[in-house]
Amino acid sequence: MSQQVIASTAVKARRLSAEEIVEIEHEMTLYPDKKAVGLEALKIVQKHQGWVSDESLLGIAKYLDIPAADLEGVATFFNLVYRQQVGKNVILFCDSVSCWIMGCEGIKSHIKDKLAIDYGETTEDGDFTLIPVPCLGDCDKAPVMMVGPDMHRNLTPEKIDSIIMDCKTIQD
Amino acid sequence: MAKIVIDGVEYEANPDNNLLQECLSQGLDLPYFCWHPSMGSVGACRQCAVKQYRDADDKEGTLVMACMTPAADGAIISIEDEGAKSFRSEVIESLMTSHPHDCPVCEEGGECHLQDMTLMSGHNYRRYDKKKRTHRNQYLGPFVNHEMNRCITCYRCVRFYGDYAGGTDLSAQASHHHVYFGRHEEGVLESEFSGNLVEVCPTGVFTDKAFSENYSRKWDLQTAPSVCVGCSVGCNTSPGERYGSLRRTVNRYNSEVNGYFLCDRGRFGFDFVNNSDRLLEPVQRVDNTGELLADDQVKAFIKEFKADGTIGIGSPRASNESNFALRAMVGEENFYAGYSDVEHESMQVLLGLASDTAFHSPSVREIEMADAVLILGEDVTNVAPRIALALRQSVRNKAKDLADESRIPQWQDSAVRELAQHDLSPLSIISSAVSRLDDVASDKVIESLSVVAAMGHQIANKISASAPKADCSAAHDQIIEKVVEQLKAAKRPLIIAGNSNGSEVIRAAANIARALYNFKDNSVIDLCLLVPEVNSVGMSLMTNAKNPLGAALKKLHDGTAKRVIVLENDLYRRASRAKVDAALTAATKVLVLDQLPTSTTANADVVLPATAFSEHEATYINYEGRAQLSFQVHQCKKQAKPSWRWLCDAEHVDDLVERCCNEVPGLVRLREVLPGENPFIAGMKVPRQSHRYSGRTAMTANVNVHEPKQGEDKESVMSFSMEGMPAQKDASVHAASWAPKWNSNQSISKFQDEVNGELKQGHPGCLLIERKDSSGSYFKPVSDSIEPSENQLRLVFSYQIFGSDELSARSKPIQARMTDAYIGLSPKDAQKRDLRQGDVATISPLGSPVVICIRRGIKAGTALLHCGDGNISPADFSGLIEVEKSATQTTSRGIGNLIVSDFHEEEINS
Repeated sequence: MSQQVIASTAVKARRLSAEEIVEIEHEMTLYPDKKAVGLEALKIVQKHQGWVSDESLLGIAKYLDIPAADLEGVATFFNLVYRQQVGKNVILFCDSVSCWIMGCEGIKSHIKDKLAIDYGETTEDGDFTLIPVPCLGDCDKAPVMMVGPDMHRNLTPEKIDSIIMDCKTIQD
Repeated sequence: MAKIVIDGVEYEANPDNNLLQECLSQGLDLPYFCWHPSMGSVGACRQCAVKQYRDADDKEGTLVMACMTPAADGAIISIEDEGAKSFRSEVIESLMTSHPHDCPVCEEGGECHLQDMTLMSGHNYRRYDKKKRTHRNQYLGPFVNHEMNRCITCYRCVRFYGDYAGGTDLSAQASHHHVYFGRHEEGVLESEFSGNLVEVCPTGVFTDKAFSENYSRKWDLQTAPSVCVGCSVGCNTSPGERYGSLRRTVNRYNSEVNGYFLCDRGRFGFDFVNNSDRLLEPVQRVDNTGELLADDQVKAFIKEFKADGTIGIGSPRASNESNFALRAMVGEENFYAGYSDVEHESMQVLLGLASDTAFHSPSVREIEMADAVLILGEDVTNVAPRIALALRQSVRNKAKDLADESRIPQWQDSAVRELAQHDLSPLSIISSAVSRLDDVASDKVIESLSVVAAMGHQIANKISASAPKADCSAAHDQIIEKVVEQLKAAKRPLIIAGNSNGSEVIRAAANIARALYNFKDNSVIDLCLLVPEVNSVGMSLMTNAKNPLGAALKKLHDGTAKRVIVLENDLYRRASRAKVDAALTAATKVLVLDQLPTSTTANADVVLPATAFSEHEATYINYEGRAQLSFQVHQCKKQAKPSWRWLCDAEHVDDLVERCCNEVPGLVRLREVLPGENPFIAGMKVPRQSHRYSGRTAMTANVNVHEPKQGEDKESVMSFSMEGMPAQKDASVHAASWAPKWNSNQSISKFQDEVNGELKQGHPGCLLIERKDSSGSYFKPVSDSIEPSENQLRLVFSYQIFGSDELSARSKPIQARMTDAYIGLSPKDAQKRDLRQGDVATISPLGSPVVICIRRGIKAGTALLHCGDGNISPADFSGLIEVEKSATQTTSRGIGNLIVSDFHEEEINS
């Protein structure tokens, strides 16, 4: 399938970085169809760029020679493919049944007060983004949340403070 | 045949169908959304739930989706079961939670499948009182509006746009409650079939933008069955009129021709009828000013033309009747072809092939059945777009075979697609430019035209050694071999060519078909030969082979003929400016009949206004030789008349059709398209206005409060009125599809003998050309002898869906998508001439300005010329041309609207 190009709307696609291309090329060896690589490619680009910008999305579509509209369909289907810029640390906060029973609402309002952000928002300094998730599969240690790749269990307001502090120190 | 029981009644059913299809075929009402007659089932909406019982003893039954359940022998189902009914009403209630209550301001209102189904399912009170989800809408170009809040996520839009029509820029996005159907970013919908979204969408997400600027409810539109005049396919349409202007065109089902879909030229190209430049009064040119003519003056003038020394030039865009009236007036020997001499020559080849018993000219439906296709030198998407859509279905025959092998029913759309993945029936394209069908092509060869033809001859020779050999380099031997094998192996191979670039390609295509005919022990081969205009075939059947346009112009120039009548034709598009100028200057009197001013009307002594397609009844003959009748939709308030009415005394279209049958050998059966007496019931005519037509008495109250008399139609079986009886026995008089409880176009199933079948009253048109010549033989290949010099390029004409057709190019929505004249060049040739994307260049011999469009898919040495609309005339160029960068670079010209897949991108980025 080859993409159509309208002469009047030549939006610039970002040229993918060498590292991104190496990883995408590897994935391409694992699938019979380039369209199937779309999701992996989005994850790879997100890993390197933090999120998937319009330019990146077009870059992937161009590199894989698949329609940008189809790739957008994949990108927007998954909540964790970020099509808007996110903070350096993404907090995936579970507000599902078990965590709710264990008082996640209080934890959430603590985060909200501390970082001055609500669901879907990013702190002004660009350090944190807060996103709700339905379940992280660790109900016996509720309430739980993830920050980046790390899981944090049995949350208390004090733990939140130290987690946030840790993130900031690591950055500095 | 299977026997199934629906609510206690036994029905005969086709076990290859699903239950929904069978219920609808039996005329039963069962609500549905995601299923579409031509797109099969995906089971997405859960709206067509019915109860199915194991056997007569089973009282409980289980809920099944009718569209996902085969109509197997012995199936017992219930539509009326309370459980099924309440399930359906709950499904629609949940689909409707976020649907806005905006029917009064929604353009779909009154012909909305969602309205119909909501009512049918019994959901008449909204219990959901929470906040509705809302979406942002996108700008999708000049044809289609976007209103996502109305969406009920049936997925029909993307299934049509992507799966069926091959569009790549519309997709389903996001998930659960936020599912969004749109483009990756705002912009023009690129598919040539985007307008069908308006009819495919069951509600008002996609609506007709041109129509919404001049909106009227379905029931307030005056409609009649019509035929699209945009190209030679002759798709059936229902144009709608209100307050004297034509408002929109929708599809009219014809099982053989267009089925359920139109192209965007057909849907949006009608607006030339409303053009403010329309010629509406007879005018005589006196010293460069126009002088209105009174009736008797016109009569006197026409009388003058009835003397010797008058010749007539016909028109491939005028009806059979008008062409015939002109021919009858001037005499057959003085009636000349209204297209270029190159086209005339190729048309003669084409007509010869049309009567050959070895070939069959396939209808659009038959094209969909082909299991191996070869396109030789023709850009089908731009010349006959609806056929390109049919070809996209033909490549899926492989998938259907695979499904049969795996015992998956054909209607299991998503399963069949999953099974086949990218496995398609062979479609090979050998042409001189990349086409919009390339994404489904198995093999593509881009070569100069002479090589394309030579390859065609070579393929014929390889299929059957009796076909002559051609001089063809060995470069493409492998592909030739492959195509030969594919065609030989196919059950129903199809060869497509056309006359956009001379006749040699047609000869080559005919040789291939004949070779296949020989190879397959004289079984008839599908040979589809495309012509550009609505009545190219009709006019050519009336024109003597010895009367090309060039001969007419010569006669005028040398004084053998003194007067000329030009019928609905701009000669400057057909012959070189110099020749036409010389002829028209030499002629003592020039009479032109047309709808819109052209360079030719500007040089006429008298111009008589002709009615447009929607203002008269007429017959046209399509590419396959199918004659179709197009009714008058509305009256032309001013003085325009059908051209034949200016030229002869006939009272009635029927009279002229009768004379055509008797006097033109090729048109003997033309009378079969006329409705005859059948549609009359108790002497009542068929109304053009719906039974709900409103405001009739007040329509002209701003001028006069007295209600005017309704217009009379003495000629046709239809009336300009609400009174009368809808057509009962003749589908050719069936305009706006409507049935009780079914206000939308989905009501068509009530008129089909079965889903996707013929209309109950029959009448898909009449195939006129009888095949009786069995003496046909192979054509001898003619090789191109002219060698280009260093700076010359071989010229190939390129058609564009938006702009190449003269009349639709005067339509506002189409104009929004047109490009100026351009020359397509390979990157190599462009570089050689220091030309960049979008530069203005001049082409020899006239030095006409064109925009440069550099495309990767053009062979070096070839120049692809699109003439734009009247920017330059194709007749001024032929063979070899030179392209030079223009000294003056204007910014007023552009190719911004051009959609091609091989645009040379590096250039635009810089």
